[in-house]
Amino acid sequence: MKGMLKNLYKYRFLLQEIVRKNVKLQYRNSFLGIFWTFLQPLLTTIVLVLVFGNIFGKDLNALINYPIYLLCGRLIYEFYTQSTKRAMHSITLSASVIKKVYVPKYIYPLANVISTFVTFVISLLVLIAFLAYYLIFTDTMLRLTPYILLVFVPLIILLILCIGIGLILSTLEVFFKDIEYLYDVFCMLLFYLTPIFYNVKSLKLSQPIAMALMANPLYSIVSMFRSCVLYGEMWNWNWFYYSFGFAVFSVAIGTLLFWRKQDKFILHI
Amino acid sequence: MDRPAVKVDNVSVMFNLNKEQIDNLKEYFIKLVKRQLHFNEFWALQDISFTIEKGERLGVLGLNGAGKSTLLKVIAGVLKPSKGSVEVNGVIAPLLELGAGFDQNYSGKENIFLYGATMGYSRKYIQERYREIIDFSELHDFIDVPVKNYSSGMRARLGFSIATAVNPEILILDEVLSVGDAKFRIKSEAKITSMFENGVTVLFVSHNTDQVRRLCNKAILLDKGRVIASGTADEVCDIYDEKVNGRKKSN
Repeated sequence: MKGMLKNLYKYRFLLQEIVRKNVKLQYRNSFLGIFWTFLQPLLTTIVLVLVFGNIFGKDLNALINYPIYLLCGRLIYEFYTQSTKRAMHSITLSASVIKKVYVPKYIYPLANVISTFVTFVISLLVLIAFLAYYLIFTDTMLRLTPYILLVFVPLIILLILCIGIGLILSTLEVFFKDIEYLYDVFCMLLFYLTPIFYNVKSLKLSQPIAMALMANPLYSIVSMFRSCVLYGEMWNWNWFYYSFGFAVFSVAIGTLLFWRKQDKFILHI
Repeated sequence: MDRPAVKVDNVSVMFNLNKEQIDNLKEYFIKLVKRQLHFNEFWALQDISFTIEKGERLGVLGLNGAGKSTLLKVIAGVLKPSKGSVEVNGVIAPLLELGAGFDQNYSGKENIFLYGATMGYSRKYIQERYREIIDFSELHDFIDVPVKNYSSGMRARLGFSIATAVNPEILILDEVLSVGDAKFRIKSEAKITSMFENGVTVLFVSHNTDQVRRLCNKAILLDKGRVIASGTADEVCDIYDEKVNGRKKSN
């Protein structure tokens, strides 16, 4: 364990360089570049408001503000899927380096999650813009309370969760290339199992679905995030214990799996 | 007594040819059910042991398939031996395929820092040697162009310039001095020779016995994963030449 930390310290520059590279290259050859980091959540939220606004967006007592309610869920879900998918491909895409030079391989999934986190934090500016607009220009039930300062807690848990899942997925993809298709379907399921565009209290859910929802760590994380930002109140501590425990557990499993299989990577990539 | 630069101790490397063909879930389950996952072992290296002291330059000779590249990968830390161990004391700069650490969409300049970081060096350290790297590679005007637009020769020059500018303690060369035009080959050999004066330890894989005789002082000959000869560079080159050409090279 100590050896591993020493090694990570030795390769800290590589971690920095790969994060820097991922962030720089993400929009380098595109037309709008870094603006997509803002434009994408903005556009997808508009679509969701237009599509679901009439069906799920009416109960303002429960939702406070539908666009912001949506944005909170959407941003977190987007970060989760993007970072885990990037981490999943990270080892196979870095095959040419790993086969020639020794580098601590876990740096790749780790760097990909961190670089996605950087662009995620930038995209939070969209949320801040929305909050500012509604607070200043409209008569809204939105209240800004000191609880908003706690927002970094669900975000840190989310980061830990993505690192863990990323380690698991990157290991699996080395051996089974088709895992990416399975994971695509899984992410689609997750979209519906996370209350992004609907509110759990407004729906009558059957027992198995309610349980699946509670088992989804993103449900807890999004709920905690909304408590700070949207409702301006303290979160339900069950969400904290569950999501934190889940995140730590996924890192433990991910590290174990990665560690045991990493010597075989070179034979398959 | 100084610790040796490289110590290879009873190293064996086994590849399972059947297992490695599988890359998706369907094939895995089919083979699992048909119980085909176990046989087809191939021993690329068997019981290899040798030591390279600091400052020594070891040539590694052998026909294709003898296990030279596998041996280099084990020493570079890229492949774990199935049996035995490797001890390395010193920073290795592997020139196993020039520009392997490059990202194609990144410019030459950005890749210099990335490649340096792959070997463990900070931006500041590379920045101090930046001028020297650009000058040696002769890529001044092209340094901001993405590497995917470079010719293979340009990539080779860039990779070589970075790897040699960082003053590694152990240099691993895998047939890499035969890349590039004649002018670059002369320049790279001259640079390597100047590094010898600084006591760099070298592991040199080649088929070119002239180069091995010129650059190395010791050599080993590999055949089908085993060391079948070791000694001075001249001795081993003689044996290799005899095996390949059926003639003895006169000095």
